[in-house]
Amino acid sequence: MALGRLVGRRLAVGAVILFVVSLLVFGASLLLPGDAARAVLGRSASPDRLAVVRAQMHLDDPAPQRYLAWASDLVTGDLGNSTVSQEPVIELIAGRSGNSLLLMAIAALVATPLSLLLGSWSALRRDQLADHATALGTLVLASLPEFVVGIALIYVFATGLLQWFPPVVSTTMPVLEQPSVLVLPVATLVLAVAPYITRMMRATMLEVLDSDFVHQARLNGIPERSVLWRHAVPNAIGPVAQVIGLQLAYLAGGIVLVEFLFAYPGIGQGIVEAVNARDIPTLQALIMLIAAFYVLVNLLADVVGVLTNPRLRTGVA
Amino acid sequence: MSALVPPAGDGGVTAPVAGQTPGLLRRSLATGRTRAGLAITMLVVAVAVVGPFVAPGGETAIVGPPNASEVPGLLFGTDVTGRDVWTRFLHGGISVLWLSALCTLVGVGAGLLIALLAGYSRTWVDEVLMRTTDVFLAFPAIVLALLFLAIFQPSAWTVILTVALGHAPRVARVMRSAVLDVAGRDYVRSAESMGLRRWSIRLGDLLPNVTGPLMVECGLRLTYSIGLVAGLGFLGLSGLAIDQADWGLMINEGRTAFTVQPWPVLLPVTAIGLLTVGTNLIADGIARAAAGTDREVGE
Amino acid sequence: MSVVDPTAPLSDHPRRMNAGGLQVRGLRVETRAGVAVVDDVDLDVPAGTVLGLVGESGSGKTTVGTALLGGTRRGLRIAGGSVLLEGIDLTTLSEVELRGWRGSRVSYVPQDPTTALDPAMRVGKQVREVLDCHDYGSGPDARAQRVTEAFGEVGLPTDGEFARRYPHQLSGGQQQRVCIAIAFATWPALVVLDEPTTGLDVTTQSLVLDTVRKLTQQHGCAALYISHDLAVVSTISDEVAVLYAGSVVERAPTEQLVHRPRHPYTSRLVAAVPDLAGRRALTGIPGGAPSPGARPPGCRFEPRCTLAVDECARGLPPLVPVADDHLARCIRSADVSPAEVRDRDPEVGRAADPLLRVEGLSARYGKVSVLHGLSLDVPRGTCVALLGESGSGKTTLARTIAGLHRDAEGTLSLAGERLPFGSHERTRQTRAAIAYVFQNPYSSLNPRRTVGDSVGRPLRVLRGVRGAELDRRVGEMLDRVYLSSHYAQRYPDQLSGGERQRVAVARALISEPTLLVCDEITSALDVSVQANLVGLIEEFRHELDLTLLFVTHDIALVRNVAQQVAVLQAGAIVENAPTERLFTDPQHAYTRELLETTPNLVS
Repeated sequence: MALGRLVGRRLAVGAVILFVVSLLVFGASLLLPGDAARAVLGRSASPDRLAVVRAQMHLDDPAPQRYLAWASDLVTGDLGNSTVSQEPVIELIAGRSGNSLLLMAIAALVATPLSLLLGSWSALRRDQLADHATALGTLVLASLPEFVVGIALIYVFATGLLQWFPPVVSTTMPVLEQPSVLVLPVATLVLAVAPYITRMMRATMLEVLDSDFVHQARLNGIPERSVLWRHAVPNAIGPVAQVIGLQLAYLAGGIVLVEFLFAYPGIGQGIVEAVNARDIPTLQALIMLIAAFYVLVNLLADVVGVLTNPRLRTGVA
Repeated sequence: MSALVPPAGDGGVTAPVAGQTPGLLRRSLATGRTRAGLAITMLVVAVAVVGPFVAPGGETAIVGPPNASEVPGLLFGTDVTGRDVWTRFLHGGISVLWLSALCTLVGVGAGLLIALLAGYSRTWVDEVLMRTTDVFLAFPAIVLALLFLAIFQPSAWTVILTVALGHAPRVARVMRSAVLDVAGRDYVRSAESMGLRRWSIRLGDLLPNVTGPLMVECGLRLTYSIGLVAGLGFLGLSGLAIDQADWGLMINEGRTAFTVQPWPVLLPVTAIGLLTVGTNLIADGIARAAAGTDREVGE
Repeated sequence: MSVVDPTAPLSDHPRRMNAGGLQVRGLRVETRAGVAVVDDVDLDVPAGTVLGLVGESGSGKTTVGTALLGGTRRGLRIAGGSVLLEGIDLTTLSEVELRGWRGSRVSYVPQDPTTALDPAMRVGKQVREVLDCHDYGSGPDARAQRVTEAFGEVGLPTDGEFARRYPHQLSGGQQQRVCIAIAFATWPALVVLDEPTTGLDVTTQSLVLDTVRKLTQQHGCAALYISHDLAVVSTISDEVAVLYAGSVVERAPTEQLVHRPRHPYTSRLVAAVPDLAGRRALTGIPGGAPSPGARPPGCRFEPRCTLAVDECARGLPPLVPVADDHLARCIRSADVSPAEVRDRDPEVGRAADPLLRVEGLSARYGKVSVLHGLSLDVPRGTCVALLGESGSGKTTLARTIAGLHRDAEGTLSLAGERLPFGSHERTRQTRAAIAYVFQNPYSSLNPRRTVGDSVGRPLRVLRGVRGAELDRRVGEMLDRVYLSSHYAQRYPDQLSGGERQRVAVARALISEPTLLVCDEITSALDVSVQANLVGLIEEFRHELDLTLLFVTHDIALVRNVAQQVAVLQAGAIVENAPTERLFTDPQHAYTRELLETTPNLVS
């Protein structure tokens, strides 16, 4: 079945992508100036201790061997220890992953239906005031970097004009126990992602509404509502699904700045801290995690794309 | 022998339309949104470029107690170390501008090169290039940038190269479709039949006919470059000297005291916001002009 | 005339008593700015008959078609006149009422079935949808049965499997028949067909035309067949109306119109249609049709008319009867002579030695083999036609000869010298010796280069000519294709399709080639323009002793242009003979089939 073939092919491509990324990630760490053993033990370590640790960490082995060791560890879940805290990386990121996933999931669940509806609604009111207003609004929001939006939201809702929400996350409580903390970060992410999907939905809807088969359906006397729901929407979903997928995957990058801004204890903040502290094992693990997430979301988007396109579904190229 | 009537004109309706892309800029300038975008962008650019010359005082001079929002003689108070916010703001734009501009140029240039190669190749070059860019597409640009900045010292060139690396795959994808489209046209076949070399055709026939999408991409990439460069500054990773005035850096420095002294953050944030909106409006205006408008035709 | 309530459900009984047919009076469609696209259009289509509406670019024929459904493209509106069907004037109906009529009483068969069918909906469902939304019949069972019937009527399989297919799983001809099934499913009173056979090959076209004719009679409905192709129209229509620059200039029963036209334009149009029987010489019409907004106040054909007198320019002549059942809009209609049957001396090919020799040529696109070991000799100074339908490989053959396709095996020789397949490997001499004119005038010129730049390019690249000398020769060449040398400064999008093709010809001939390959150069042009272009090429062939390879799918054109014909089918030459012999005594079954199914002006 065409779908099975596509999924298989996509998984293979995804595996290759992850492989190449892992090469990059590992290769990058090789280029680090300084000595990993010294980073672990500190500056005052004795040469003997350094030699022992180096042997332990297999630092003198040839690079391909080290890569294989690292990669197999990765796959089995042994992500090494953070050079900062000496604790297993996997413990550090477990909690953070959950938090970030929560944030992204809520943002996705809010943004997707909102922008689909808004996009269709403004396509139907083409060239009227509502359409122009939406178009302008989405254009402006799509241009703004997320941290600009975030800061604006903080200023309006947290610190400046209205003091409805806390500006930063308190690290003493788990995130779920302070739900009001989620509001502004989620809002920022939604405002970062929704405008683009809205614009794509509107553009796709307009294109479909202008297409020959919709024109023909109208010439056949089909009532407008049926034209919309039976002909236009089914043909608009496919292309938009791909875009939604890409945008949701983009969330994986958006959380970096947003989490940093709100001091939200997630993967994004983790990456920034790891970069600042040169905590390579943690950084490697986090980046691989994001890459895996990206590949998965793209795969899902492709699957939806195939399911909604009869040409691909029936296996005819 | 067939009898002939020397054709003085010919059948079919002549559609007098202005020339193509030479008029694209003109046409996009005619739209309100491009003009608005241009006005906004120019305003911010003026502030950034002229600012250092009209700033009262030096960017590193301490002129008052730290984080004081009300200081007599200062418009917006002092920042985290007691420097004049207004002065630092006026000095802080230029670095964002030239960094973003270079990121865009390098990124779009690289992407265009890849597109010209991949979109008009007879061999496996296309496959290889596209698969490679696909890998890089699998990354949010900022994550890629962070990875590289962790390895190499954050410096201006590191930032430029990594942001450009983030742009190039996307530009390559978009421009490759445009190039493929043009490469299928018969005038390219005509040039081939004359035996012209492939690079001759790339530069003489393909490139001039993809300037529309190219300009749109430039505008869009510039918008993202500004966001990324400012964002990296916000994260404290912009590679600039620690006390240099830079809008992104100012936001980073001013975060902690935001509640009491919002100006060190608000001023640069507003400027960055306006700049990105401006450039995006311009890009959008060009895109719409390139796409053309509905014509009223009888047939 | 019975007054029918458009919102009432259709009856079960298939035979409709359709007394009235269609009457259109004074139809006028304007742009929002008030510029008339069509005006003063009168049409009469009795029930059970087909009226052909013929017009070239700019005539407004598609606008008329959609106006009959009470619809217009964006920016246009119906500004006047009446459209009477079953006693109701459609122009007086509200949008809601019109929607009830569309698809049930008046239906439309589009030009391109591939884009007109919803790609995401099964074809059976698309037929069923129209029946459902117009409440056809007594219930779901009646409708399901009607769907099956409709497929049967158009000659498509009536099993459930076919109805469950998606449009992309059907061939072009099948898709068009689905569209026709949809149009006739509700037993409409009027069916408007807008060039429904464009893009179909000749045998499929013939099937579709038969289907339409049969259904029109069976259903007793009125049909309006819109086309630019007079030959096709004449085979299917009972009456023909000719549309020029927005108004009807002549209307008569088909045979009368073709043999005894009463309007100068019609007469010239008939003369421009290639005659399959090869008796009539091909002549074009100089000048071009005026676009909406640029139409003269008097007779619109006057600027191009050889019979024009001063009075013609003063006012638009009315459409009046000039004979039985025959209307014309010309004050000199009595002086219009029928298309001259000029006795052509069909030129016989000379027994010259071959300039181009193709031996055992096979070509591939990737894994797919497109040409299979074919051989061909092209004698010097003659025009050899490569005749075939889409998919026959004729364009691939032409391109391989021109050096544009390298994935090939076999031998190509020009004037005895062996030719490599890619143009890069050929000498400059050879590249200058073989010239190519492409099919699509809209994509064969670089939009960023001026006309002069494009025309001069071969001279620059192949012969190293520059500067003032180059300008001079470009100017000369433009003059020779009857475009003034001013055109050198213009850009392609300022030119019409016919003008662009002449620029393409100028570009091809400027390097003084010995072999000119023409790849369907007239397919995208109006018939009158086509004749001019063909005439131009002929002129050059005689003047320059040029050898021509003329690729086309138009059989009638071949007879008027070529001395030798090679017929291609599925990548092989099935017949290769001097033109006259091929047409009078075809040997191969495929050739015979082509000749039988090609529409020809009723003779």
